[in-house]
Amino acid sequence: MEYSNLITKLLEGNTRAAARLITIVENDIDAAETIIKSIYKSTGNAYILGITGAPGSGKSTFISTLTNTFIEQGRKVGIICVDPTSPITGGALLGDRIRMKQYFTLDRVFIRSMANRGQLGGLARATEDVIKILDAYGCEIIIVETVGVGQSEVDIFKSAETVIVLLVPGLGDDIQAIKAGIMEITDIFVVNKMDFPGADRKVAEISQMLELNSSFKYQSNQLREEYFKLVAWPPEIVKVNSKTGENFKELIEIIKKHIQFLEDTGVISNYLKNRIKSETLQILKHKLQKKVEDLINSNQEKIEQYINKVIEKSLDPYSMADIIIKMLGIEK
Amino acid sequence: MTEKRKIKVLVCKPGLDGHDRGAKVLARALRDAGMEVIYTGIHQTPDDVVNTVIQEDPDAVMLSMLSGSHNAICPVIMQKLKEQNIDDVLVAVGGIIPDEDKPFLEKHGLKGFHGPGTDLKTIVEFVQNNLKR
Ligand code: B12
Ligand SMILES: Nc1nc2c(ncn2[C@@H]2O[C@H](COP(=O)(O)OP(=O)(O)OP(=O)(O)O)[C@@H](O)[C@H]2O)c(=O)[nH]1
Ligand SMILES: [Mg+2]
Repeated sequence: MEYSNLITKLLEGNTRAAARLITIVENDIDAAETIIKSIYKSTGNAYILGITGAPGSGKSTFISTLTNTFIEQGRKVGIICVDPTSPITGGALLGDRIRMKQYFTLDRVFIRSMANRGQLGGLARATEDVIKILDAYGCEIIIVETVGVGQSEVDIFKSAETVIVLLVPGLGDDIQAIKAGIMEITDIFVVNKMDFPGADRKVAEISQMLELNSSFKYQSNQLREEYFKLVAWPPEIVKVNSKTGENFKELIEIIKKHIQFLEDTGVISNYLKNRIKSETLQILKHKLQKKVEDLINSNQEKIEQYINKVIEKSLDPYSMADIIIKMLGIEK
Repeated sequence: MTEKRKIKVLVCKPGLDGHDRGAKVLARALRDAGMEVIYTGIHQTPDDVVNTVIQEDPDAVMLSMLSGSHNAICPVIMQKLKEQNIDDVLVAVGGIIPDEDKPFLEKHGLKGFHGPGTDLKTIVEFVQNNLKR
């Protein structure tokens, strides 16, 4: 197989092989399929931590300090930083490494920057595959920094065991964002930049909001029901200073507690099932879409005829779609 | 289905040079040309540069140097890349590079050498036309 050499090296923990395979899965979705199929058995060992929060809230600095404590524990850490692609030029500026500590050594920490390439939801199309590559490479903890714009960057909860949302003292904008959809996916709220005035007030605001919304958990909410966060895990709140490391001890304890909770309650196997489900669905959507596109491209004349029929009203778009589904060989 | 291949570029400032304006201008220009640009900030040691190249696997590395230390630092970076068998990455240096230093740097495999006032389009095209993969 084309990539077997790289894959063998990856599984031996070779850093350059990991980096090159990541480049390949980012750029070539067919290659990604081949690669993931052959490394899949070696994945599933890493603990995945998702970090989200508004731009400038200190995610990269926070991750750097957190990583420090993990490497002190002797762990091997992978960091994936996702930044937005400009919809106009298609380019991206990936600046998260500036905040990452320089003394991280290659054998302990692997940092990779990714542009989201227009994908909504806070991650890139290939993020899930990159997580698997770092997992197979031997990272025990994988931290993902998502594009944090506000309200809809919630895809990380499908990949991560623990989701941490960063807020900062001051304006209440981030509280609004939480109300609008981040709350359901958050395990730990971190008020970063506690050295700024208003940190305690922010903590109080969050806990108030969580209380106000505690009745919410009895309502039928799909996210909640599937993942039953909040129900059994009331989100924790902690304030930290990512520049000095203040309160990171408490934070680490909370993270440990959360992992313990996931294991004790069996939620973790629920997560895995749901992850596999949503990932497969994603792949299916992609494959089917490609099949449909191929079919349409290779039957342009026929399709043109159907379109004319729709114009003449002897056919309607729904019926035309059914015909195309039949052509695909999937019975309606 | 192969998506349109993106050019990935690393812009960094090796050594103790604090002149980061040019590097930032460069990073933006390359981004606006549709590239994915990693900016690492100032004060990068040769090991920092090489480690970042290993992890990020960029197509090109732009070393922005205005402090006069290019002759000391660039060959070290090239040597360390060689030790890692990294030979498919364009490595360019620019900033304040006197003409008389260019043959020496060229001998070590470096390219570019663009200085103050260079049109950004020229630099974008330079990158596009000198990629090794
Ligand atoms: C602004 C400036 C400063 C500012 C920097 C602000 C900042 N954050 O960037 C300040 C005031 C802080 C400063 C300080 C110093 N400076 Co000064 N500074 C300049 C000045 C006037 C302009 C630099 C600049 O920003 N240009 C604008 C940007 C957009 O252009 P650029 O960086 O040249 O980049 C362009 C090209 O060169 C090219 N390019 C750049 N990098 C790369 C990389 C690649 C791969 C490619 C292809 C192209 C490329 O693309 C860009 C777009 O065209 C230059 C003189 C000059 N005319 O260049 C002196 C200059 C660079 N400084 C100089 C000196 C000596 C100093 C100090 C040591 C002074 C002192 N004694 O304290 C300090 C050192 C500071 C430090 N920590 O390193 C000298 C360097 C001499 C040398 N190399 O031998 C210069 C050349 C002035 C001189 N003629 O003596 N400086
Ligand atoms: N005072 C103080 N500053 C902090 C703290 N954490 C981060 N910062 C600063 O906040 C700024 C933004 O930090 P980043 O880590 O780049 O934030 P980010 O959320 O990763 O930013 P984007 O990736 O651009 O969205 C930097 O100037 C940091 O030095 C903190 O706890 N206290
Ligand atoms: Mg960041």
